[in-house]
Amino acid sequence: MISDESLAELRAIAARYPQPRSGLLPMLHLVQSVEGRITPEGIEACADVLGISAAEVSGVATFYTMYKRKPVGDYHVGVCTNTLCAVMGGDEIFARLKEHLDVGNDETTADGKVTLEHLECNAACDYAPVMMVNWEFVDNQTPESAVQLVDDLRSGAEVRSTRGPRICTWREASRVLAGFPDGRVDEGPSAGPASLVGLGIAAERGWSAPSVEEAQDAQDARDGEGGHAVAEEPEREAAATEDAGTKEAEAAVVEKESPTTGTAAEKGDAQ
Amino acid sequence: MTETSARTTDTLTPVLTAGWADERSWTLDAYARRGGYEALDKAFAMGPDAVIGAVKDSGLRGRGGAGFPTGMKWSFIPQDNPNPKYLVVNADESEPGTCKDIPLMMASPHTLVEGVILSSFAIRAHTAFIYIRGEVLHVIRRVQAAVAEAYAAGHLGRDIHGSGYDLDVVVHAGAGAYICGEETALLEGLEGRRGQPRLRPPFPAVAGLYASPTVINNVESISSVPSIIAHGAEWFSSMGTEKSKGFGIFSLSGHVQRPGQYEAPLGITLRELIDLAGGIRQKSDGQRHELKFWTPGGSSTPLLTAEHLDVPLDFEGVGAAGSMLGTRALQIFDETVCVVRAVLRWTEFYKHESCGKCTPCREGTWWLVQTLARLEKGQGSEADLDLLLDQCDNILGRSFCALGDGATSPISSSIKYFREEYLAHLTHGGCPFDPAASTAWSDRTVGATA
Repeated sequence: MISDESLAELRAIAARYPQPRSGLLPMLHLVQSVEGRITPEGIEACADVLGISAAEVSGVATFYTMYKRKPVGDYHVGVCTNTLCAVMGGDEIFARLKEHLDVGNDETTADGKVTLEHLECNAACDYAPVMMVNWEFVDNQTPESAVQLVDDLRSGAEVRSTRGPRICTWREASRVLAGFPDGRVDEGPSAGPASLVGLGIAAERGWSAPSVEEAQDAQDARDGEGGHAVAEEPEREAAATEDAGTKEAEAAVVEKESPTTGTAAEKGDAQ
Repeated sequence: MTETSARTTDTLTPVLTAGWADERSWTLDAYARRGGYEALDKAFAMGPDAVIGAVKDSGLRGRGGAGFPTGMKWSFIPQDNPNPKYLVVNADESEPGTCKDIPLMMASPHTLVEGVILSSFAIRAHTAFIYIRGEVLHVIRRVQAAVAEAYAAGHLGRDIHGSGYDLDVVVHAGAGAYICGEETALLEGLEGRRGQPRLRPPFPAVAGLYASPTVINNVESISSVPSIIAHGAEWFSSMGTEKSKGFGIFSLSGHVQRPGQYEAPLGITLRELIDLAGGIRQKSDGQRHELKFWTPGGSSTPLLTAEHLDVPLDFEGVGAAGSMLGTRALQIFDETVCVVRAVLRWTEFYKHESCGKCTPCREGTWWLVQTLARLEKGQGSEADLDLLLDQCDNILGRSFCALGDGATSPISSSIKYFREEYLAHLTHGGCPFDPAASTAWSDRTVGATA
């Protein structure tokens, strides 16, 4: 059942965007926060607000893995089993949790507390093996710490993210994803230890980016090296010509780049 | 030549990471103490074209992996197009191994927000979007709060700093789809549709979000802009190598003693980075494991081995070594790791994340998994290696977007360097490796086998 209050919030999400349909992803997060999953009623509500068909909404809801058709427990527990985390122990952790909780992948414990799922890379590889609870980081896990974690979650003990706040429920998390902050932003650290390793080494050894003056001096020194300056000249000219080129010429560069860099390189943009 | 000329700077050069250890670094107060948002007035005085010029002159190339010159991308926005212009930040970091944008946004979201304002001003956009993958709740909180703080302080909204320039920023949470890191799929997601890539041309610069001129840049690219405006293009280009200017965050993960984020000029080598990271991990008896294979920039960049330790990690250097710099996601695997297991797992990932739009990728990744899974179990024959390469050949360059291409990288590169190991699975009748030896706690469960 979607309340009038929720409907108003769905409309408020759509209103954030120049075109309302852009709000659909966060709107579906809101549906999950009030319904505990993507329900037919939630799909209808989104369709009504956006003036599109339920089939169109459903097509979107089934594309993205964070949207669930089955009820999710209070705590969505994810274990990264992409290559690096798997190798570092994610496979063992996932196997142990399946056994300990007596559930399979994407299943919920009988008490409705924990839904277990294996995850793809969650962008925390320097903290491998990584787990997520309701999309909060739980870094550097072992099979033992993972068992302790789910036991604490099931017993109602307060659990904190290793790099974030006290863990809220899955429904509460979904509401934040819908764009309604929960006031927990100031909990947790700025960064975990691995994020700060390079910064710490630089501080120890007195390393830093150059000052503007140092950069200028270095540039002058390079310009002073005859051979180097000569070697650099043609390139600068080429760059200048390119800059002066017409829009058509520039577009041609992109088109030329795209099939080749676009295959492999844009993958980069593809991540 | 690049190696020597580049070494006028320190080995590590924290710029984006510099404030990460500050007290409450994510707040506006902490950011302002480091001179945050001071580049705005400078940029407003310069004017949009001069900002584009500075970014062009700096040599900044896209930090999302492609390495396309950022300033040039901006200059493709047709200013005579009557539609609104948009800036979209790709914060959908999900390439396996890549973990730099997430800590950046968690520790210093204002760096990104300031970059968004400068970049939007340059391309004359009045609305910008930050598309963050949904699976990082606390990062989303921090960026939401930073945007709210920036509005309250007058860095966003109407007539910013009295300049007459208006900008609104919307923080948008994705919902779990690797493909949305592909820029046109991301736009589909941002328009409330299934995240499937679009045909190009038209390129987003001409017809992107809502068929309007749109620039899509990676978080780290946009976050580099404030420092370029504050310190100048020359300062930025004094770091790095000939054609790969500036600094970047290098993310070491896996079997090194101290995995983590290392911000350095482009052109640093893996040997230097591993040295800073305390070396390849140690065994319980103090002996060291050995480097076996690594990815220079995520799983979509072909694997490299110990023979590539001295390759300069810049766009040209890694390219010449037969791979790609990508996102500088250096996943390090030692000799305990079975390359077939590693590659099979990545391949299952690509199969799972294929959006289904085009046949070579949708069907091809499925077939790759079938063939690889059999080999991993020690079934099949040596001819299956040729079959795999043939399947790769039918995907690479034939799929709609780069996801399919990326799926072939680990397979073809691993067969190139580790053909014998594939064959060993056949002769051994299964995987000859013990997965327990690779885990982070292997010292506690297996004895050191020097």
